[in-house]
Amino acid sequence: MSNNEIELKIKRQDGPESSPYWERFSVPYKPHSNVIFCLQEIQRRPINADGKDVRPVVWECNCLEEVCGSCTMVINGKVRQSCTALTDQLKQPIVLEPMSKFPVVRDLQVDRSRMFENLKKVKAWVKIDGTYDIGEGPVVSQTDRNKAYDLSQCMTCGCCLEACPQFQLNNDFLGAASFSQVRYFNLHPTGAMNRDERLESVMGEGGIADCGNAQVCVEVCPKNIPLTESIAEIGRQTTWEIFKKLFFK
Amino acid sequence: MVKREKKIIIIGGGLAGLATALKVCESKMKAVLVSYQPLKRSHSVCAQGGINAAIDTKGEGDSPEIHFYDTVKGGDFLAHQPPVRDMCYQAPAIIRLMDRMGVAFNRTPEGHLEFRRFGGTLFSRTAFAGATTGQQLVYALDEQVRRYEHDGLVEKLEWHEYLGAVIDSGGICRGAVVHDLRTGSIFTLKGDAVVLATGGPGQLYSRSTGSTVCTGSAATSAYLQGAKYANGEFIQIHPTAIPGLDKLRLMSESARGEGGRIWVPRKRDDDRDPLDIPDEERYYFLEENHPLFGNLVPRDVASREIHDVVYNKKLGVGGDAMVYLDLTHHTKEYLDNRLGGILDIYEKFTGEDPHKVPMKIFPAVHYSMGGLWVDYETDGHGMIDHRSPRNQMTSITGLYAAGEAEYQYHGANRLGANSLLSCIYAGLLAGPCIHSYTQHLDKAPEDVSSSVYDDARRHWESRFQEIRSLNGNENPYSLHQELGESLLANVLIVRTNNKLKETLKTIDDIETRAKQVNCLDTSDWANPTPSFINQLYNMIHLSRIITQGALVRDECRGAHFKPEFALEQPDRFDPHEYIDYIEKSHYEDVAETDFAPGHLTYMKQFEEKENHWRKSTIAQFKNNCPDISFEEVDASLVTPRPRKYD
Ligand SMILES: Cc1cc2nc3c(=O)[nH]c(=O)nc-3n(C[C@H](O)[C@H](O)[C@H](O)COP(=O)(O)OP(=O)(O)OC[C@H]3O[C@@H](n4cnc5c(N)ncnc54)[C@H](O)[C@@H]3O)c2cc1C
Ligand code: SF4
Ligand code: SF4
Ligand code: FES
Repeated sequence: MSNNEIELKIKRQDGPESSPYWERFSVPYKPHSNVIFCLQEIQRRPINADGKDVRPVVWECNCLEEVCGSCTMVINGKVRQSCTALTDQLKQPIVLEPMSKFPVVRDLQVDRSRMFENLKKVKAWVKIDGTYDIGEGPVVSQTDRNKAYDLSQCMTCGCCLEACPQFQLNNDFLGAASFSQVRYFNLHPTGAMNRDERLESVMGEGGIADCGNAQVCVEVCPKNIPLTESIAEIGRQTTWEIFKKLFFK
Repeated sequence: MVKREKKIIIIGGGLAGLATALKVCESKMKAVLVSYQPLKRSHSVCAQGGINAAIDTKGEGDSPEIHFYDTVKGGDFLAHQPPVRDMCYQAPAIIRLMDRMGVAFNRTPEGHLEFRRFGGTLFSRTAFAGATTGQQLVYALDEQVRRYEHDGLVEKLEWHEYLGAVIDSGGICRGAVVHDLRTGSIFTLKGDAVVLATGGPGQLYSRSTGSTVCTGSAATSAYLQGAKYANGEFIQIHPTAIPGLDKLRLMSESARGEGGRIWVPRKRDDDRDPLDIPDEERYYFLEENHPLFGNLVPRDVASREIHDVVYNKKLGVGGDAMVYLDLTHHTKEYLDNRLGGILDIYEKFTGEDPHKVPMKIFPAVHYSMGGLWVDYETDGHGMIDHRSPRNQMTSITGLYAAGEAEYQYHGANRLGANSLLSCIYAGLLAGPCIHSYTQHLDKAPEDVSSSVYDDARRHWESRFQEIRSLNGNENPYSLHQELGESLLANVLIVRTNNKLKETLKTIDDIETRAKQVNCLDTSDWANPTPSFINQLYNMIHLSRIITQGALVRDECRGAHFKPEFALEQPDRFDPHEYIDYIEKSHYEDVAETDFAPGHLTYMKQFEEKENHWRKSTIAQFKNNCPDISFEEVDASLVTPRPRKYD
């Protein structure tokens, strides 16, 4: 390995049904570069380490500042955002793989539509009356707002799901991000009006009861969402819900 | 008679597209949302600082009327005034709406909305949700749209690209041609109207604060189909961004809104640790040159000052193109509560902790004030008729535009935190106006001859076949970079006609070479390269619009600065003198002695320049080039005058 090159080893796959294969690349070294920059260099010069012309690597990105959630991949064995993966801090060859818990679309791009479907399942919204000007929202203390803000930054990147032993390609576990969204909307004064519906949605199969409490989700979340707190809180809320049903109905 | 369900095709799911979709659904029409990627990943999530509304919660005396004045003044009086005024009057309702949706806005001790200061105003007018306001607003709207999707009123086509409008022989837009980015298939969507909410063109410049999909391609495609593109040359350069290879990450204006100070060492090549440089040896140039607005002068002014300090005075930090942005005088707790997200970004990408050391920043391409020309209709009292089908309509009937893709609200320079507002405002306005439009539509898409759709589809199919067969020796991605470098070098903060002419030649050259690109990847599945080549083609045309517009506009206005044509403001000049002068000149001959020496001459020159240049630049596609003309600006509400910020 020479000092003025960055070496990469990339797991590629032409389509959902094709078998994966590894390909090596090297790109010119630039200080302060990130993994996305390396992939862009490959687009500008799509030649692999054997000197063969190949098709540029396909991946997903947009904001390049860790706020859109697009660019998640497994880098040197760890799931994370590739836009904040600085090459100076990575061991070479830098190994890039697509996430394994979602169907691969192509190369490093995966299909995360399950995450968006789950947001529908848990009714992740505040039911407002409409967009007409009917006055201010509810008064919220700065403390409650801070709590909500910690949760509201979830960018649906999927890191927490990739790391979770419970979340599998072929099961229907909702996963930490969804639980945390339930907590978020149950916190809001208007959102809380539909608390029961939301809790209902995480009480069936694939719900909160399936969480094994391994707590690896919280370690990988790039937005530091307090996922274990959310899981514990939703656990409490659902237990209370069951209790209520048993004794007060 | 059963009422036919109207179908509106919305391209783009940033703030503008999402807001349009909500209103379309509320008007009982069906919305089809088309976007490159899942809507909540749209570029709008990058916005950090906040959104403006003059609610005056601090008794500062702010009002929508002042917000309006600040906005048109900030835009150097190039914006039509009634739409801007209407937007500013609607702003408080928009903030209240977003608040009801659950946006985690920062709060006062009593639990109400907190506001902070931003550039170009003296009032605390900016509501904010930490340092991720755009993300929070997008999520709130996205959640509401998801709710409608859940109820079957919204259909989403994510991973689809808009290629062009379907326009019938009468010149009316009847739908859109889209490209499935997974299967590669090209098909048409029939609709009663199409809305382009496709964002800005940051990617034209090889490094900007924009996201990777911001190529301006959709708006350019409309221009190539005959739509007017307006004020293209007005590209905002944000004064403070973090230097980087792939992207210039923004350091939000809120850093200065919260007291951040810009400075350089007074001594050239002073290589001391910044913290060892005592105050009197620091040059706080914005504060010194603009005592009233200080670090919060509008962006065009701040960017030029930094440019001047670095390139003319040669005082850049370490001799490089960088100046300090200093927040180290605040406590960590204060900074984390008000600016957390953006300081994290800085630390993540530079490895330095901005709580402890001043940040190093430099201006970067940020926003396009220009965009597709759109219409409006006033209510006759200085506001907008909220039901007129003309509002937000491009010059192609039935094709609408909203958000950064259009030109309506910011004139020659946008004030911070006004863009999120204009995106949501324009989207919310577009919904009901499109509804009015569909009420008078001559026929349903089903009754339009099918050959109109077939021809449009076939045109794009053969275009993509042609792209796939390209096997020359140019790399499309490298060519894009070259184009971007040339714009960065010559169509930026300081512009000269020589360089602009040179750039037009470079663009021609790149266009020729673009015919020699290699498609690199001809596979059929999830292949981004053919799309990119088509976008590159559009970016070439858009670069021409911008450069040609800059070349013909021989004046300085807002973000467009040509030193050759700069008018020097005399000392102690007060913009109100100009109002006096205009009033007086209606009645009598004004004498030189009525004003301080030199002032009258300056005002006459200014007036002449205004009469000649205070017009929207309109580009129309003719003979492969932008044909430029000018249109009067509606300045019926406040008299345009020289800007001054000290
Ligand atoms: C770093 C940064 C910080 C900012 N901070 C602020 C701030 O604090 N306050 C403020 O007021 N403004 C701010 N702005 C400006 C503001 O964020 C943008 O102007 C605004 O978000 C644009 O929104 P939009 O809805 O017009 O477009 P976008 O959010 O860019 O959305 C465009 C949509 O169109 C889709 N699209 C585009 N082309 C196609 C196509 N051909 N086919 C299919 N889909 C397509 C995209 O996928 C996307 O969904 C900031 C901008 C940047 C870059
Ligand atoms: S706690 Fe463990 S099982 Fe539960 S969501 Fe997190 S990683 Fe998965
Ligand atoms: S909780 Fe964190 S890791 Fe999981 S999707 Fe949200 S941001 Fe990503
Ligand atoms: S590109 Fe948006 S999170 Fe990395």
